[in-house]
Amino acid sequence: MSPTGYKGKSLEFLKKNKIEVGNLVKIQADSTYLGILMPRYEYSDDNHIVLKLKNGYNIGLEIGKISHIETESHPSAKKDTVSHHQTDPELPKILLISTGGTIASRIDYRTGGVTPALTASELNASVPELSKIANIDTEVLFSEYSENLLPEHWIKIAERLNSCARSEYKGIIVAHGTDTMQYTAAALSFSLSGFPKPVALVGSQRSSDRPSSDAALNLIAATKFLVKTDSSGIFVVMHNSTSDDEVACHWGTRVRKNHTSKRNAFQTIGGSPAFIVKNDSIEKNPLFNSPQNAFTPKINFNSKVILMKYYPGLDPALMDNAVNSGYKAVIFEGTGLGHVGKVMYDAISRAKRKGLFIGMTSQCIDGIVRMTVYDSGRDLLHLGVIPLGNMIPETALVKAMWALGNAKDTDEMEKMMKENTSLEISD
Amino acid sequence: MSEIQIDKIGLKVGLEVHQQLGTGKKLFCNCPPIESTDYPLKFTRRLRIARSELGELDPSALFETSKQKTIMYYANPESSCLVEQDEEPPHEVSPDAKETALIIASALKTNIFSEVYVMRKLVIDGSNTSGFQRTMLVGLGGSLAVDGKSVGVQSICLEEDAAKLLNDSSDLREYTLDRLGIPLVEIALEPVSGTPQEIKKIALTMGRMLRATKRVQRGLGSIRQDVNVSIEGGGVVEVKGVQKLDQLEKVVEYEAKRQHGLKIIQEKLQKLDTERIAKEMDVKDVTEAFRNCQSKTIRKALANGAVVKAIKVKSFSGMFGFEPYPGIRLGKQLGELVRFFGLGGVFHSDELPNYGIEEAEIQQVKKILKMQKNDGFLVLAGESQKLDVVIESIIRRIEDAKVGIPAETRVATLTGETVYLRPRPGASRMYPETDIPPIIVTKTEMDEAKKKIPKSWEEGLLEIQRQYELNPQLALQIFDSEYLDLFELICKDKRVSPNFVSSILCGTITNLERRGLNSELLKNSDISKTFEFLAEGRIAKESVEIIFESIMNGKASSIEDAIEKNAMNVMDDSELNAALDGLISDNIEIIEQQGMRSMGPLMGMAMKNLRGKVDGQRINQLLESKIKARIDSDSRLA
Repeated sequence: MSPTGYKGKSLEFLKKNKIEVGNLVKIQADSTYLGILMPRYEYSDDNHIVLKLKNGYNIGLEIGKISHIETESHPSAKKDTVSHHQTDPELPKILLISTGGTIASRIDYRTGGVTPALTASELNASVPELSKIANIDTEVLFSEYSENLLPEHWIKIAERLNSCARSEYKGIIVAHGTDTMQYTAAALSFSLSGFPKPVALVGSQRSSDRPSSDAALNLIAATKFLVKTDSSGIFVVMHNSTSDDEVACHWGTRVRKNHTSKRNAFQTIGGSPAFIVKNDSIEKNPLFNSPQNAFTPKINFNSKVILMKYYPGLDPALMDNAVNSGYKAVIFEGTGLGHVGKVMYDAISRAKRKGLFIGMTSQCIDGIVRMTVYDSGRDLLHLGVIPLGNMIPETALVKAMWALGNAKDTDEMEKMMKENTSLEISD
Repeated sequence: MSEIQIDKIGLKVGLEVHQQLGTGKKLFCNCPPIESTDYPLKFTRRLRIARSELGELDPSALFETSKQKTIMYYANPESSCLVEQDEEPPHEVSPDAKETALIIASALKTNIFSEVYVMRKLVIDGSNTSGFQRTMLVGLGGSLAVDGKSVGVQSICLEEDAAKLLNDSSDLREYTLDRLGIPLVEIALEPVSGTPQEIKKIALTMGRMLRATKRVQRGLGSIRQDVNVSIEGGGVVEVKGVQKLDQLEKVVEYEAKRQHGLKIIQEKLQKLDTERIAKEMDVKDVTEAFRNCQSKTIRKALANGAVVKAIKVKSFSGMFGFEPYPGIRLGKQLGELVRFFGLGGVFHSDELPNYGIEEAEIQQVKKILKMQKNDGFLVLAGESQKLDVVIESIIRRIEDAKVGIPAETRVATLTGETVYLRPRPGASRMYPETDIPPIIVTKTEMDEAKKKIPKSWEEGLLEIQRQYELNPQLALQIFDSEYLDLFELICKDKRVSPNFVSSILCGTITNLERRGLNSELLKNSDISKTFEFLAEGRIAKESVEIIFESIMNGKASSIEDAIEKNAMNVMDDSELNAALDGLISDNIEIIEQQGMRSMGPLMGMAMKNLRGKVDGQRINQLLESKIKARIDSDSRLA
């Protein structure tokens, strides 16, 4: 398949007629069509070509019905319409690191590919309000949908941030896909615990190529927040409601994506967001205080941790298999106050004997685990399962990967897991 | 001023018919197309311009952006969901809507594409929460037979309807979401030359053909025409939002006059020594000169911290107020333009002194602008930054006046005039809807659609005529009216005479409208309930009009309310007997003198008191028998 999406018969047809994507072509079929040949979706058939007509509509024409096709003209070089913006030396400096996701993506059909680069000029051109709040430098660290991110990517981001710890930047924006944003936020919160500057992870639930995108407001709010706040640490900055008015700054270990598509999908679990950015003010949650620990970066992760959701019918052999495959820690997403069924007990004992760390969170998501209330909880405590308070399951998973990557043995790992490093356990 | 000769100006009119489909569901979700009365949800958004697939910016979208309004949406979960709120991706295209579009396209002999692409058409006035309207080109070409002549079809699109505008103020726009997402077909016809009456006939025929499918929505607002009007040598002007056919005729006439008027203005301007307005030289801040101005518009603007600016326009003295046809002036065109930016208006030199602007102020402006004898000027007030954008537009519009008729989008008013809406959008407002893969149209689907092509509308008309025993004229009236569905519903068991129902729907309501009453206050449910009451004998025939009148003039809020307010609860027989007996004994002299001829005056008196309470025919019968009995007994006594 060619990068333009054409394959098989349609690709052959285009090659035979020496037609390339982007050409203005004239086609004779049931009537005469004039339009630009467009790329094709990957999973479409190979019987059609896609044409953008003069009125802007795209249509699919069956190649079997085309009696003649010829190129009228080739694509003309695109004019760079983006004007260069003026920087104001009085304003604070902000760095924007792009990692991909809908906030930064745009399709360029002339080349047939995706253009990830988000230059400072482009950014300021599409969100002109930003240049009045701060001078923003931009750089592209990598360009991935967030579902494709791995712990290695967390390390890359953490190292880049670490290099800015003593820089002139007042704060740093990390543009990030929303799907796994909470994992990255947790990873940065642990590996850069005590980071001296505010960092805002910003994404969008509606892609930036649509007029209703939430990207602009999220970016504006993040920039305002970074410029004005005295707090430091890792925040996720996203819409607080469906309206384009308030934007919430969630603390990085307490945030979770709780809706597939809404603008305010991100929520602080077990409390309110740390800050709310409004049109002309920033409101602090009186119950929020950023931790005052010293900045001691520990940028290591070991992904030999499994997050296991308990459900009726879960096969304990899965746990044995994980142990046998070299996994070093298990985070249970247990039921209710922190339980798994009796069927798991033997497998848990075997894992403990092999020195695994086993932690308990709840699939209720909100609320604390209390394993002393029922017999089953007490049984599990007796087997050596460690209750993890009200830590969000995904945060616990990331923390376990981080602890495993930095601790010399299980005892130290257990100690790290019990310590409240970055407000991952709240009262 | 002269009379326009409409057949001599090269008038061309192309219709774009938008018809809501009667699928019972929206195009990209399962919400029903019902109109809600209350809206428990509300939220605000701001829309930003986005680049097209080819990286370009659309002029009409840029224009909207320059207005910078906040948009508030009102929603009810019974009529909209997260899809309309732009909080959830669209679902699959409604198979019903797709089939209906294919049937209509087949009926018009259109070439249907086997792969159809859903596109996002950028619309950032807020009428779509997403900032675009989803639309797909189903086919190109085809024809419609109108009075034996063939009118070409350009294209057929299937698209979603927009949100309904509630309110529009200078910085806030409000919409309800009920209508957003209702499936529409848009049929664009080839521009034709013809009289406004002929154009109306084309629209009528198109509407009849669509209604004959029995798969389209009926009722006011379910079919709308956009009209592309041009005259020789001018740009194409798109007029949106024509809902009624009488309005269509007037809009075409008005546009012909307006466009030809602009052409006459252009010809006159060409003979003058004009110059492009230079922003640095010809635009001056005159706020101080207007500090004590009595004009309401200016005082209000100044109170809000606005500035006043004046623009010198070389050699334009007399040109702003020049009226080639009644009501067609360049000054008026500029007024429409600035009002669209939320400004109160613009004053031009030909209308001053007036509106509270005095000679002293005018002299100051002339001095500041260094005016020569033949120069004209404009004065406007507004927030400084906004004013810059508006002045740019004014400069462009004045340049356009020298060229003739600018291509632009206008909106029809209820009286059949048009006002400026925005520049004409281009192809750069199209972007593929990446949330929905291309829609495949199979050969089987195309064959099925062909089989479902409706009978000709004439056959449908005959069917109605036969079924309800209507005369041909009444049958055609009801067929063409927005009430056909309602008529069929009311008459399904024929408890009320179909002839009576159709004459009320097509005659009475229209008459009340002509008297200036508002038919929008009269809901379909009110109409059917009234006939229900009639069938049950709870009201008399004569009451129907009275009830509708009370609702349409806003005096009654419901049928029950109207019945009570007009005191027309039905009299039972004993009450009626007593009333008529009383009438007879009060007027015994007339009966004695005139005999049966007294029937006339007595009937008149009876109706005066009993109208709406008892069926007129019943009064007539009873009164006649009572008078007769009276005369008989008198003669017996004598």
